[in-house]
Amino acid sequence: MPRVSFTANLQRHVECPPAAVAGGTVGAVLDAVFDGNPRLRSYLLDNRGRLRRHVNVFVNDRAIEDRAGLTDPVRPDDQVHVFQALSGG
Amino acid sequence: MTDRLYVATRKGLFTLTRAGAGWEHVRTAFLGDPVTAVLPDGRDGALYAGLNLGHFGVKLHRSDDGGDCWTELPAPAFPAVDGDDAPSVSLIWTLAAGGADRPGLLWAGTIPGGLFGSTDRGESWTLVDGLWAAPERADWFGGGYDDPGIHTVCVDPRDSRRLTVGVSCGGVWTSADGGATWALGGTGLRADYMPPNRSDDRAVQDPHRLAQCRAAPDIVWCQHHNGIFRSADGGETFTEITTAAPSSFGFAVAVHPADPNTAWFAPAVKDDCRVPVDGRFVVSRTTDGGASFEALSDGLPPPPAYDLVYRHALDIDGTGEHLAMGSTTGNLWAGQSGGERWTLLSPHLPPINQVAFGA
Repeated sequence: MPRVSFTANLQRHVECPPAAVAGGTVGAVLDAVFDGNPRLRSYLLDNRGRLRRHVNVFVNDRAIEDRAGLTDPVRPDDQVHVFQALSGG
Repeated sequence: MTDRLYVATRKGLFTLTRAGAGWEHVRTAFLGDPVTAVLPDGRDGALYAGLNLGHFGVKLHRSDDGGDCWTELPAPAFPAVDGDDAPSVSLIWTLAAGGADRPGLLWAGTIPGGLFGSTDRGESWTLVDGLWAAPERADWFGGGYDDPGIHTVCVDPRDSRRLTVGVSCGGVWTSADGGATWALGGTGLRADYMPPNRSDDRAVQDPHRLAQCRAAPDIVWCQHHNGIFRSADGGETFTEITTAAPSSFGFAVAVHPADPNTAWFAPAVKDDCRVPVDGRFVVSRTTDGGASFEALSDGLPPPPAYDLVYRHALDIDGTGEHLAMGSTTGNLWAGQSGGERWTLLSPHLPPINQVAFGA
């Protein structure tokens, strides 16, 4: 199953340990994480289900392209990284 | 000794002059308007101010009489192209003088990620195509703002064609030919905000600020998002400095104009918090090239103090003895004896974007 990890900066707001979940797209993978951690959803997605503007998601080493539909494919051996964009002081 | 200090704030540009042992406020310009960059140009005495009027866009002004009268100039702008994603300047982040041998030459670093040059004291601006066209620019992203931006332009005093530019987040870039061609430097920088395999990707580094030593321009200090780094080859390669206390996170850096081993930083808790460590506001200084640091606090407020110093809000004058520092809380200090003593000049200014000694 794909593995998902989250920026340490998110941990101070909501606990989100690394996980291994099923899913063939970024959206499916994140939904699987949200099933067990529903509070996390609003930290990563806006109320229309799009990636928040200052959240970055990588599949392995590549930033995803579809930030609105989250349709980038994820293979079983992929690593999904959830980062925050860097913000000012 | 420099006798003039410019303070660019969210609500205007303030000018102070020396008065006896202290400083006094003598002039306010652009009251109410965010001033994002100021450049006192020692070559001809001109003073430049970049403004962000929000609803009404980015503006540039020049004064030829020390700040009494201002002339609005064309602001740097991208060539007009069609498309919803066509770039538009949203901030003048830095202004730099182009070298003693090139009077009238100016550089402007902007968000999103444009470097602009002017050969006529700001009367007209041209996008530096060589950097804008770099294929690695596709990997740049915003740090602190939605879009990437150029916040530092170092002009080598030995050869004004040699430029070192800092981009958040887009790395350290160098040019040896006045901006015609560019090379991506920054080997040795480290980005913990990227997947592990890309942490050393030079095109996504976040150098918060670069400071080049005037007497030894090959020495470039970097306050990076992930620590303090030092280059001995003009920004091509960097070595991480891990001895800084109380923290290696921050935005600002200043280097002594004559001593490349002496540099100052304004440390804060690393990126998830951005306040002084334990609420104790200090300036850290190294005098031995980063082998050791000391925390300077004489005259700075006792805990709890939550001042944060932005990347352009720490400056040093030409003697290396006098510093100026401003915070987002609106405090302004003058540092004497290389920062060993600080004097609060004002506790009630608007949030401070930049401090700059008159040239």
